[in-house]
Amino acid sequence: MHDMIALTALGAASAQVDTFDGLRIAECPYWALASLATRSGHGAEIADAAQTFLGAPLPGVGLCADAVPFHAFWTGPDRWMIEAPHDSHEDLAARLKAAVGDAGSVTEQTDGWVRFDATGARCHDVLERLCNADTRRMNPGTVTQSRIEHLGCFLICRASEHFSLYGPRSSAHSLHHALVTAATSAL
Amino acid sequence: MTQSNRLEGGQIDRSRSFDFTFDGKRFKGHPGDTLASALMANGVRLMGRSFKYHRPRGVLSAGSEEPNALVELRSGARQEPNTRATTAELFDGLEAKSQNRWPSLRFDAMAINDRFSNFLTAGFYYKTFMWPAAFWEKLYEPMIRKAAGLGSLSLQDDPDAYDKGFLHCDLLIVGGGPSGLAAALTAGRAGARVILADEDFAFGGRLNAETFTLGDASGPDWVAATVEELRSLPNVRCMSRTTVIGGFDHGIHGAVERVSDHLATPAPGKPRQILWRIYARRTLLCAGAIERPIAFANNDRPGIMLGGAMRAYANRWAATPAQKVAVFTNNDDGHRTAIDLIAKGVRVAAVIDVRADAPRLADCELLAGAQVIDTDGRLGLNFIKLRLADGSERTIECGALGVSGGWNPNVHLTCHQRGRPVWNEAIAAFVPGTLPQGQSVAGAATGDFSTYAVLRSGTDQAVVALSDIGLEAKAIDLPQAEDAPVNLTPFWHVAEGKGRAWLDQQNDVTVKDVKLAHQENFRSVEHLKRYTTLGMATDQGKTSNMGGLAIMAELAGKTIPGVGTTIFRPPYTPVAMGTLGGRSRGQHFHPVRETPSHKWAKEQGAVFIETGNWLRAQWFPRPGETTWRESVDREVRAVRGSVGVCDVTTLGKIDVQGTDAAEFLNRIYANAFAKLPVGKTRYGLMLREDGIAMDDGTTARLAEDHFVMTTTTANAVTVYRHMEFARQCLWPDMDVQLISTTEAWAQYAVAGPNSRKLLQRIVDPEFDISNEGFPFMACGEITVCGGLRARLFRISFSGELAFEIAVPTRYGDALIRRIMAAGEEFAVVPYGTEALGVMRIEKGHAAGNELNGTTTALNLGMGRMVSKKKDAIGSTLSEREGLNQEDALALVGFRPKVAEEKVTAGGHLMTTTGPVDAAHDQGYVTSAAYSPILESYIGIGFLKRGAERMGETLRLVSPLTGTDTEVEVVSAHFVDPEGDRLRA
Amino acid sequence: MIIHHPLLGPRDAQEFTYLGDASLIDRPDWQAEHAVDRFHDYLYLRDNPAGEHRELWFHEVGDRSWLVVTRNTLTHEITSVELARDVARSRGRSK
Repeated sequence: MHDMIALTALGAASAQVDTFDGLRIAECPYWALASLATRSGHGAEIADAAQTFLGAPLPGVGLCADAVPFHAFWTGPDRWMIEAPHDSHEDLAARLKAAVGDAGSVTEQTDGWVRFDATGARCHDVLERLCNADTRRMNPGTVTQSRIEHLGCFLICRASEHFSLYGPRSSAHSLHHALVTAATSAL
Repeated sequence: MTQSNRLEGGQIDRSRSFDFTFDGKRFKGHPGDTLASALMANGVRLMGRSFKYHRPRGVLSAGSEEPNALVELRSGARQEPNTRATTAELFDGLEAKSQNRWPSLRFDAMAINDRFSNFLTAGFYYKTFMWPAAFWEKLYEPMIRKAAGLGSLSLQDDPDAYDKGFLHCDLLIVGGGPSGLAAALTAGRAGARVILADEDFAFGGRLNAETFTLGDASGPDWVAATVEELRSLPNVRCMSRTTVIGGFDHGIHGAVERVSDHLATPAPGKPRQILWRIYARRTLLCAGAIERPIAFANNDRPGIMLGGAMRAYANRWAATPAQKVAVFTNNDDGHRTAIDLIAKGVRVAAVIDVRADAPRLADCELLAGAQVIDTDGRLGLNFIKLRLADGSERTIECGALGVSGGWNPNVHLTCHQRGRPVWNEAIAAFVPGTLPQGQSVAGAATGDFSTYAVLRSGTDQAVVALSDIGLEAKAIDLPQAEDAPVNLTPFWHVAEGKGRAWLDQQNDVTVKDVKLAHQENFRSVEHLKRYTTLGMATDQGKTSNMGGLAIMAELAGKTIPGVGTTIFRPPYTPVAMGTLGGRSRGQHFHPVRETPSHKWAKEQGAVFIETGNWLRAQWFPRPGETTWRESVDREVRAVRGSVGVCDVTTLGKIDVQGTDAAEFLNRIYANAFAKLPVGKTRYGLMLREDGIAMDDGTTARLAEDHFVMTTTTANAVTVYRHMEFARQCLWPDMDVQLISTTEAWAQYAVAGPNSRKLLQRIVDPEFDISNEGFPFMACGEITVCGGLRARLFRISFSGELAFEIAVPTRYGDALIRRIMAAGEEFAVVPYGTEALGVMRIEKGHAAGNELNGTTTALNLGMGRMVSKKKDAIGSTLSEREGLNQEDALALVGFRPKVAEEKVTAGGHLMTTTGPVDAAHDQGYVTSAAYSPILESYIGIGFLKRGAERMGETLRLVSPLTGTDTEVEVVSAHFVDPEGDRLRA
Repeated sequence: MIIHHPLLGPRDAQEFTYLGDASLIDRPDWQAEHAVDRFHDYLYLRDNPAGEHRELWFHEVGDRSWLVVTRNTLTHEITSVELARDVARSRGRSK
């Protein structure tokens, strides 16, 4: 095993947490990501393989699927992102590729993204200052893409007052600044 | 000073007092006051000087339509010009200054302009300042700007922050007067998602300004009860201090919420204002109506105001402009002003009604069939002169005059998408015509002015709008309310009188100016506006446009609708630039992208440069180095002498997979890719369909069906988009999948003769990276540092033996530290973008300066790479005749004839004997640098028939920088032209 | 403007990147006779209708679908939105 020390997207050894009245913003570096795309004409096979691997069917348009330890969300036509704990699944892409074989294309995405979780009763009051997604009408288990701080982001509704936000990792500081600024402003 | 003109009652909180100053003088007011109402209560009528003639002016209105009472609010960096005193909410410590006067408001030296008014008529500037042309910019314009103009800027950065936000609703209700409140209650009770927005700080609209009762309740009490119910509904968002500034396509609206304008300074971290983007499924415009004045001679003296405004001040703010007032009207509504002021104990000298059959409604003298023909009083109204019905003259003493010419429905938002209003004869005003999709109108904005009618249409229109989107709602039970019909005789201006009759007080446009415009044939409404400036500036003619149109109609012998109206455009009221900018200013103008080695590079004292959003290390200064060149020269020598490392993560990386991935790349790149072996990397040139070079980079084949493409940093987004276009629109059945992996991998270039030796200490020993095991252009998936997954590419931008190594980004910081430690023995240096640039110029590699959107593969010396045996984007049109001329530009190198002389990029190439002009242009230099290896400046660029002109001497000329240097044409490959080093 | 994405429903036009006339889907055959002329016409000759216009929009801050949007250039009314991939196939494009 290598001894390389990982840094979070915000450049620290551990995750950043910011708390406000009615909202907690937490950096979540402990997740591995891999993208999955269906190869032409292999829809049925990918569905079966994914079901076996994940223990849940691949989610439809705008939806997520939960099957511990996995979480899958739709990212585009015939495309998904699979999420799993980094500690146990650092090699998620390799495992997923082994599971789907030639039926799908798999790409490691773990460090392409930074995840922030916004939790609390006031999360909508802050999200409405950040993006055009109608978060108050999003159901748990749905996902959308939206622009936050000029950056394309995924917004996952995990529960009515719990959102995960995936943005480009290299802009983690800008995104964090935007979140904290909006929270300070709105709360 | 005491509040001598404060009346009883009103919606102000007398239990508390606010101190404020106007032009340095101290006054007191109360919560609930506007600056205008507080000044009025303190007996101040004079509030400003006019734009052009510096005429003394007072308040005309009680709302955002105010043309006159514009002040500078606050001081220092927060000083804000052209703020309407009529909407500025009073707060403790408010500082206000009058503007456009010198040395003081009461004595303004520039009032001399008023004496020259015969010269300063409409079109004066256009006629006078035409010659000589050069005088305009240097003399005339600065002079005019100084003399005429409104408030002044602080010229400091705005210390406040502005937010943006997004809201969604089923029904957006614009305006919180009686119709808006009735609509909100209807939709709110039905469970619809409602946004109710009003520009005022208090909901209620005219109900606050009138003495109407609704059922058993007073107007304000009914408003309070209604707002309380609305606020209790979780599906209703009541937004006061919020102006809907524009209606855009498909239900998108802009709204400005003034969060902190009523505070001296915003609370820490809180915004001054928020610009909301509202997505509304349906919109109900309940914007009410604005009263219009009647023009007569000297109708601009402080104290002369709109009748509805006068009673708004009395009823809502318990303030009167004078103890003795009069009213001038052409309609019944004007009489209400007299009734209400009498009830408040103010003496009303008379109601002057132009109608001979005017009813006697108020308990005061009625002068039916009379007109106001002149006024008198310095700095404020003292007397009005009348022509009575019997032809005699009469003078009345009064300190204020309420004028009512009728009401104009507020149709602005119906017109923002080019809707045109239509004429309604009964009220002599424009009413909404064709409406934008999804919008409806209720209340006074439709031209129905009675309280009952506006409540009725508010609730009914809400029901209709909701049923449109499948929501069921029930009309609310309406209270009994005033239901008087409109009784009006159109009357726009008094014909008699010697003085000027003002139409647009903000822009100093008179009845005579409109006549002049007509006489000089500026008769279309759009010409009238531009020629006279009628309806321009902060109020956009809300109180003046109709008068101008009416007079133009009279002169042209047309009806008012025959003349037409100018187009209403957003914003409804002025919006501060800071609000439109939001948080995107200064260092937050755009997001920053940091490289994986950013933290480490900062520790090393790197100098950073922005390239796109990326922050990249430009060079790494060492102690004792005094210029950037010293650092860069050292970095270049170190790389070419031993080894250096550079963060190249910023290059775009696109993961390309699928059974057709190879064929797909074959069509994206102009050169052949289908047969690239697994484990190899190839340089690729991408063309636009028009045959011009688009981007370049290396692409590695990791498996039969798996490639990793790199793009230039700048084009990463456009190339990805272009490839999605090709995949989805051109070849939809190709089995290929794309995804960006740019920032998923921390990638470092390790370059220099000792790079292999260094990397052998990083790469796990089971991977052979010798020249035989891992030759030039090899690539592979490996592990490093004891098992960390990584990718290795043997590619070189510097021309040295070089590798690029990539690990997952979270380990990028650890890897750069490991590389630096492993390279200590070889004196490894980090190098930045400057050294990178110098080395690529030394090698003659094209970059963004050369792939500049005008150059072809042929120009770049890569003409033969464009395969003729396959279909690729751009290959067909690259064969166009125009792109293949004999004297086509070709990429070559340049060295100065005199070694010390500088070669500068951007200069153009001329022959030594020919003329220096565009017609004899030979080409241009795109990139230049000092080469520490050659100990000379060098450049690369494009030269006509460049390849045939080696050794020729040319002049490099740039009139822009004063450059004129003799250069020799050489090969662009300055260093190691055979490429032995990179294959070592 | 609001574009009704065939998969995602109403989305703000700000999320999209505009390309232009949907006829860009009809890329000529590189081996056809007078291919250079055909490509020239394909790339440079466009109608500029005052009225209905079929055009390509890319959902960049979204699912990365290219869409063919039929929009009235005078009123901005959008009458149809299709996935460009489906349109391309229906126009005979394949590999």
